[in-house]
Amino acid sequence: MPVAKTQDRVNDFVVRIATVNGTGSASANGLLMKAIFRSGVPVVGKNYFPSNIQGLPTWYEIRVTRDAHRARAGHTDIMVALNAETYARDLAEVASGGYFIYDSTWPRAALLMRDDVTVIGVPLARLCNDNFPGVRTRILMKNICYAGVLAALCNLDLEIIRALLAETYSKKPKLLDANMKAIQLGYDYAREHFSCPLPLHVEKMDATAGHIIIDGNTAAALGCVYAGATVGAWYPITPSTSLMDAYKGFCEKLRIDPATGRRNYIMIQAEDELASIGMVLGAAWNGTRAFTATSGPGLSLMQEFLGLAYYAEVPAVVFNIQRVGPSTGMPTRTQQGDLHSAAYASHGDTRQVCLYPANPEECFEFAVKAFDLTERLQTPVLVLSDLDIGMNDWMCPEFEWDDSYQPDRGKMLDAEQLAKIDRFWRYYDHDNDGIPQRTLPGVHPKGAYFTRGSGHSQYGAYTEDSKEYQVVVDRLRKKWLTAARLLPKSVVERSDVKTEIGIVSLGSGDAAVREARGRLAAQGIHTDYLRVRGFPFSDDVEPFLQSHRINFVVEQNRDAQLRSLLIMETGVEKSRLRSILHYNGMPIPASYVYDGVAAVITPEQPKAQLVG
Amino acid sequence: MTFMAKPKITHPEMPRNALGLTRRDYEGVNSTLCAGCGHDSITAAIVEACWLDALLPQDVVKLSGIGCSSKTTAYFVSGGHGFNSVHGRMPSIATGANAANRKLTYIGVSGDGDTLSIGLGQFCHAIRRNLNMVYVIENNGVYGLTKGQFSASADIGSTAKKGEVNNQPPIDPVQLAITLGVSFVARSFSGDKGQLVPLLQAAMHHQGFSLIDVISPCVTFNDHEGSTRSYAYTREHYEEMVHTDFVPPAREIAADYAPGEALAVSMHDGSRVLLRKVDAQYDATDRAVALQTIQQRLKQGEYLTGLLYIGSDQPELHQLNATPDLPLNQVPYAKLNPGPQALAQTLAKFR
Repeated sequence: MPVAKTQDRVNDFVVRIATVNGTGSASANGLLMKAIFRSGVPVVGKNYFPSNIQGLPTWYEIRVTRDAHRARAGHTDIMVALNAETYARDLAEVASGGYFIYDSTWPRAALLMRDDVTVIGVPLARLCNDNFPGVRTRILMKNICYAGVLAALCNLDLEIIRALLAETYSKKPKLLDANMKAIQLGYDYAREHFSCPLPLHVEKMDATAGHIIIDGNTAAALGCVYAGATVGAWYPITPSTSLMDAYKGFCEKLRIDPATGRRNYIMIQAEDELASIGMVLGAAWNGTRAFTATSGPGLSLMQEFLGLAYYAEVPAVVFNIQRVGPSTGMPTRTQQGDLHSAAYASHGDTRQVCLYPANPEECFEFAVKAFDLTERLQTPVLVLSDLDIGMNDWMCPEFEWDDSYQPDRGKMLDAEQLAKIDRFWRYYDHDNDGIPQRTLPGVHPKGAYFTRGSGHSQYGAYTEDSKEYQVVVDRLRKKWLTAARLLPKSVVERSDVKTEIGIVSLGSGDAAVREARGRLAAQGIHTDYLRVRGFPFSDDVEPFLQSHRINFVVEQNRDAQLRSLLIMETGVEKSRLRSILHYNGMPIPASYVYDGVAAVITPEQPKAQLVG
Repeated sequence: MTFMAKPKITHPEMPRNALGLTRRDYEGVNSTLCAGCGHDSITAAIVEACWLDALLPQDVVKLSGIGCSSKTTAYFVSGGHGFNSVHGRMPSIATGANAANRKLTYIGVSGDGDTLSIGLGQFCHAIRRNLNMVYVIENNGVYGLTKGQFSASADIGSTAKKGEVNNQPPIDPVQLAITLGVSFVARSFSGDKGQLVPLLQAAMHHQGFSLIDVISPCVTFNDHEGSTRSYAYTREHYEEMVHTDFVPPAREIAADYAPGEALAVSMHDGSRVLLRKVDAQYDATDRAVALQTIQQRLKQGEYLTGLLYIGSDQPELHQLNATPDLPLNQVPYAKLNPGPQALAQTLAKFR
């Protein structure tokens, strides 16, 4: 993808900070990100961290993007290198014309070997050693000090930084003073020794009003609170844990009964994922809105229970925050590798309803929708987020809440309804939509039924009779078709120019595709775009695929899992679907999509032979 | 085998409980287990206990895993919801169900395979949470549905039907539960309904996890000479250590006992469990004494039965989590929804 010239890059550049984890750099990174955001300039924050508590390399990437792109740019303009162990690769990472800032307390002549990169040495350690007492404080302050250096080099407003620090340390004025002192040290040193600001810098804009910076796990947790979920059961696993932590945090503020001090929720840390999904099923079967959060290995362990829930028609909401597989894989890296294991979770003819949020605002929205759908459809709903959405900082339009919302409890018969009917048949299709009626224990004598994963008739009785068995599984198929109508439709964006090139994506690939489409259009390559948001696919998917000669399927796994789902679940011929696959664990950058399309399609004349 | 409805024929003079219901009203569908199976006797004891206790059938929740034992939840209280889940995972379903509605009576039925092998982890953790439920193990030392493999409760030296000798030590759920801090544990025998029924009643009134390990011979695969779970062997080797009478709330203790002969333990709902000591040395409220005695007697080849340990004042799941008295599944949505203003306030710190 062509990169713009340096002089055009005000409010359009990428800073990457390389540190060692466990040294407190997270607060400095958050501070920088928020300072830019509060200057009215859109930002993207990505954290690349190890599966480790202390001592390994970690990177934080801040993309300053006046055009409000939401993906990774795919390059680094300014590298703040604070980890000597990774100097060499960090230097190699910097785009031509970029900057490399390092701690020159220990000068490194070897760092000057790139002619196309400006190396800026700031003696961070010496500045902090001269000004702060104690080893731990010096290390922490070194990490705040570089924020001061960047503030000078990139033209950040010190008053905004001061206000942010004051919010963070409102109850610890001493820490506020120390942090501000460290900022000032870095700021003054940079102003004194270099010509500030750099051509890559921030100018105030007004493009972030009405927005927040939030991660998808926090957003999903908030959605659970607003959906009225009261039971959360889980087993800790990266990168899903922060969802449960956030739920707990919100509930402690929003769900304690002021009169009694009792909690209108319960969180159960299970012994494993087999138990966590079991608890969710038990709780949802008994009429609460219940959920769990997990990641790939946990989803594998939940398979048997998910099959039971499909067949016995028990609601459950499962947030699967995907990480790199197979097996333990890379727990702190992102991927969309669980599309298959979620869609067909469990043995036999099972198929599971999935939702694919693309950003935190959809995590909030889909969390609420997932509870409505799982109760309406009486089947589990798996929300497939990923580490990139779940744990990274996204700029989002501020969420809103429609106070007229009422939970859709589906066909749940209450005591009054039960009193009126002659007999209750648990698995009987009254309305021809494939969805039966359900009851809760303890409500009415007529409501009792037996839930089982073994063969059962439409009347809820045990069966080994072929016909009786088939009546139920055929109805489940009908319910699947109903699900396709109830799930969120795809998001379709058409080019202004008629084109036979389509792009299909899902989840966190959205941001990269959107940005790439703009760049492609500027080069004369026009594309239509469809983002799948649920499984079963809504009825707009197949016509879109059929109406494009070539559809690029952009996804973040090796095996083209979305593409194979499209082949299996629609009538489209394979040759129309061409994969762009990104699966190295980093979020897919826009340049990758651009390059993938541009390599095949030329603006003047699309290459006809390359289909397939 | 397909479902067979059991005809409901009630003799006009059948005794009725406080709700006006007969024992018939606490039965389920016909059992499909082998004739003479110990599990059917346990089913009958559960029917009796629920009837005596005059439980509203719809307030009974029956839970099970997979195996012969787990089928039996269909054979009692057809007026209550049942959940026959997956193998070894009944405790997690029970945990979730109980979390959603603390007011119902949860009766779990499991087997030695379902509890001690595939389900050992969930069993232990349900005890650890002191989940308020009755947990019955129908323990026959053998896998019945898959035709006679040893289970983890089989004793060293006991033989399978075709003569194979078990050489691995058994897992004893009673001792395990005591070490895990269980708040109520009993052992019984399917052939002793007189002992089992009051134990079940006491278990249903106990607030917390109540385990009853019931030796329940498998007539088809484990009732031969050489088996230590046969009817004959169990009758010869079981010894009632503590006899338990259940005294419902507001009823007087009828008989007089000499000092030291009986101990009344009060339950949270005002009912009492009357422990009549057969052995004066035994103290069913002392975890260490219970464990030591059970171990000693097992070494001598004796199964001690009765209410072997009962603890009081151990908080159960809901007390540990400070949930409201109103079941969570009945808290109105208006109370759960923080509203748009709270959302704006919450999001302010993300700006």
